[in-house]
Amino acid sequence: MKKLLVSPAPHLHGKESTRGLMRDVIIALSPSLLVSIYFFGFSAIKLAFVGVITCVLVEYVIQKYITKSKVCVNDYSAALTGLLLALNLPPSSPWWIMLIGSIVAIGVAKMSFGGLGQNVFNPALVGRVFLLVSFPVIMTDWSIPSSWFRAGADATTGATPLAIVKEGLSNGLTMDQIFAENNFSYLEMLFSKIGGSVGEVSILALLLGLAYLLIRKVIRPHIPVTIIATVVVFSGIFWVLDPSHYPDPLFNLLTGGILLGAIFMATDYVTSPMSSRGMIIYGIGIGVITVLIRNFGAYPEGISFAILIMNATVPLLNNYFKPAKFGKEVKNG
Amino acid sequence: MSKTFSIGGIHPHDHKISINAAIEDFPIMDMAYISVSQHLGAPAEPVVAKGDKVKTGQLVAKSTGFISANIHSSVSGTVTSIEMLPDIFGHLVKHIVIKVEGDEWEESIDRTAQIVREIKLSPKEIIERIAQHGVVGLGGAAFPTHIKLTPPPNKKAEYLLVNGSECEPYLTSDYRIMLEEPEQILIGVKIMMKALGVEASFFGIEENKPEAIKIMSRLASASYPEIKIVSLKKRYPQGGEKQLIDAILKRRVPSMGLPIDTGVVVQNVGTALAVYEAVQKNKPLFEGIVTVTGECMSEQRNFRLRVGTNLERVMFAIGGFPKDAVKLISGGPMMGKAVSRMDAASVKSTSAFLLLTQEETKRGEEGSCIRCAKCVDACPMGLEPYLLNRLSRAGRLEELEENMVHDCIECGCCMYSCPANIPLVDTIRFSKAQVIKIIRSRPKK
Amino acid sequence: MISTIIFTILSLTLLGLILAWILYLVAQKFKVQEDPRIDNVEEVLPGANCGGCGFAGCRAFAEACVKAEDLDTLFCPVGGNDTMKSVAGCLGMTVAEKAKQVAVIRCNGNCDVREKVNHYDGYSSCAVMASLYAGDTGCKYGCLGQGDCVTVCNFDAIKMDPRTGLPEVDEDKCTACGACVKACPKSIIELRNMGPKNRRIFVSCVNKDKGGVAKKACDVACIGCYKCVKACPFDAITITDNLAYIDYNKCKLCRKCVTECPTHAIWEVNFPVRVPRKTESEKNEQ
Repeated sequence: MKKLLVSPAPHLHGKESTRGLMRDVIIALSPSLLVSIYFFGFSAIKLAFVGVITCVLVEYVIQKYITKSKVCVNDYSAALTGLLLALNLPPSSPWWIMLIGSIVAIGVAKMSFGGLGQNVFNPALVGRVFLLVSFPVIMTDWSIPSSWFRAGADATTGATPLAIVKEGLSNGLTMDQIFAENNFSYLEMLFSKIGGSVGEVSILALLLGLAYLLIRKVIRPHIPVTIIATVVVFSGIFWVLDPSHYPDPLFNLLTGGILLGAIFMATDYVTSPMSSRGMIIYGIGIGVITVLIRNFGAYPEGISFAILIMNATVPLLNNYFKPAKFGKEVKNG
Repeated sequence: MSKTFSIGGIHPHDHKISINAAIEDFPIMDMAYISVSQHLGAPAEPVVAKGDKVKTGQLVAKSTGFISANIHSSVSGTVTSIEMLPDIFGHLVKHIVIKVEGDEWEESIDRTAQIVREIKLSPKEIIERIAQHGVVGLGGAAFPTHIKLTPPPNKKAEYLLVNGSECEPYLTSDYRIMLEEPEQILIGVKIMMKALGVEASFFGIEENKPEAIKIMSRLASASYPEIKIVSLKKRYPQGGEKQLIDAILKRRVPSMGLPIDTGVVVQNVGTALAVYEAVQKNKPLFEGIVTVTGECMSEQRNFRLRVGTNLERVMFAIGGFPKDAVKLISGGPMMGKAVSRMDAASVKSTSAFLLLTQEETKRGEEGSCIRCAKCVDACPMGLEPYLLNRLSRAGRLEELEENMVHDCIECGCCMYSCPANIPLVDTIRFSKAQVIKIIRSRPKK
Repeated sequence: MISTIIFTILSLTLLGLILAWILYLVAQKFKVQEDPRIDNVEEVLPGANCGGCGFAGCRAFAEACVKAEDLDTLFCPVGGNDTMKSVAGCLGMTVAEKAKQVAVIRCNGNCDVREKVNHYDGYSSCAVMASLYAGDTGCKYGCLGQGDCVTVCNFDAIKMDPRTGLPEVDEDKCTACGACVKACPKSIIELRNMGPKNRRIFVSCVNKDKGGVAKKACDVACIGCYKCVKACPFDAITITDNLAYIDYNKCKLCRKCVTECPTHAIWEVNFPVRVPRKTESEKNEQ
């Protein structure tokens, strides 16, 4: 008699796989990567390359030799973390910064919590924040490196618009004066002639990535939309009350990696809530904290910290904001 | 505008490759293996013995207890033994084994093709006739129909819902009977409405069956206006009874409750046809339409199969077990049961035999849960399968009950959507059974 | 500069002392009065909190011991007789020695002798597999090989042998806590006496089908033929539902049943290998 295959139902499976989802996110990031290669040339390629290779290596070494568990580097999650971390760094970062960042991101933020699916904090962001706090000079040096193969030779050097604004405000200038002094133009910010990290330079590329993720149903719109809306509304309140000392919502939205954070970092599956209501509260929290850090905190840019703080609240959100159940409870069953 | 249910659901490819296979009579087998346990509830007790001669449609096993059903012979011949034989799971069940001789039917069965429209029996007589002829629900669960059509005294039925959605991929038996015997089905629905004492009924059909919707709507609006045909969106599990009630009436069955708690009784379209045959043609339930399908098969078939047909015999009729196939499923691919023994036989609730190849059905390697929440999005009961799976593996029954594991309808949407190939339904089903046992054993307040 | 340091040291030390004193007061005020013997007994217990004694952890067992009239019904399988003697010593009682037990796997149907008739592709748990169907071999009573017993063991004493597909108990590590016995959905594992020199004999089968059916499914199944019952000089073997069972209290380890069994379903553990007796012709050759 033929040996039949026996298993419990269901007997069919959909086409989604962890690898496929990670691959879709990497594809969604590629417009930003390509634009940054266009503007920053070889340094962008170097950072992305080193990032991906080191993250994958660190995960491989830890899984094979330290925890002696199954090696799962082929699910692309480490590669994705490497790419995201690379996109978060200033373009002139040396390669060893990337290496340290990878070790912290994968080793500390991901593997020491138990590997894929078990970490509380976004690994790429933990890596970035660790680097920011440990190497503040390198991490805030936004100068464009000179390198062979680079277009866009006339990009600015030095600080990002946010840093300029922060410094200007602390020196007593008003917003109008700062804007006038530096020739800020929204159009330029949209198409990235301003300083910034490797990934935040082209808003359009990021939005293309968002469109791809939504169409492929990789993420749901709740988190990005809520973050953007909250940032606009909340910073709008400050701006309306005192336009000379607070930047307007559009400026906030277009600078400082809010879009990169809202689209790619806050929507990381493992560290974001599981239900719609939870996601909305998460997004609101991130938006509020970001604006508060930007307007009142010491750092010019707040999205990384905001996301990490809200990551810590996600287990609580999952516990208290469960999806709506079908049918009410019937007593004595 | 097609209606649909409100939470969750998935959109698998419907694979209705057997949609054009007209119903054909399955050639009578040589031996019939009639199980006494073909329905939910207590097994029936045989009323024949070795050596007895039986006719097609004759009572061979009697209902025992409150939830039970009669079983009739599907063939004519001599009873060779009453013995314990394995079912599709390998469990030993009492079977009545009959050596087939000819095909002589009971004289009281009306075998003419004429459609009998007038319903002469009273509601009480209808229920008795349905019980007498062993009609059980053909939607998969095989719950005795006469019990479902008799709500408890404190609950009144307001509507009858007929389930013609056939949301499981590959299955087309319900579709074919809607095409080939539409009026008989509507008369069956009318009979059930009379038995329940309801004045309106809704008949849901998924929109991927436009021919069926057209035929049924035309017939219903012409001669059976009390039956409203409703077009439903193609979505799995549209045919789940709770989802059907939510889609058509926007009412939700409460947790641990039954459809009658919302004033509704749901019946499958195949059951409606069986009711027509039992009440109008005096024919007991001993054969049904079974789709035999699979991409690896050269020809798709819809058979009128008699109860008790050995599975090897079914394979023989389709030209042998396809060499690429590795799994034989009794039922649909989302909730059907994988057969473990080919020497088992078909039962009343068999609706399909599906053959799947290694590539189509082999489970992928299990990975870590990446907390993507696709299972949460897919669950039509609003549960959190990732959490239920984790709690099940840890054996935390109290928290499982708090998270309503007993509401799971085992539809498989969560596991279908999981990118990490985690066997969610396997563990949830197991702990659901444990939790329900505990809930039922508690003293009622 | 120095004054800052001195001031800091003094103020923090003072703060530390005040807080320590507050903690001490609170600990004293809210102290739970317990019989001090419970602490003494808990000291001598192994501290594995495995539940093998039937109580929720070592502390609960210690409380039960202190409350009990005598220690006859209380036993810590992990610590064994030595631990119970110490417990008795703490409480001024005496305790009888109990025979050391070990978990025994009563199934020998490996891949060579028990053919697989289908492939299982579901979740790797014996409980889930057993609730689905009768198993992937012809014997519906036999070991399913998914390893629920291995998962539940707290002492790393049971492992799946990849060659046979059956679990193997390490008798040195096994504490007879009973977790694997409860975990097995087919009730294949039993706690039996370790025996003198760790020797034991048992029927390695739980198949209750009639002889012909059982043998067809597995070469080493017990077929209920009664040969062992007839051979046993101590009346230690009984047959119920076509299955033989050896009572370990009556068994004197004479090994007669082992040779009599036609299917080799009875197993002897830790005995020396039998040297075959020389036949007459072989003796003559020498």
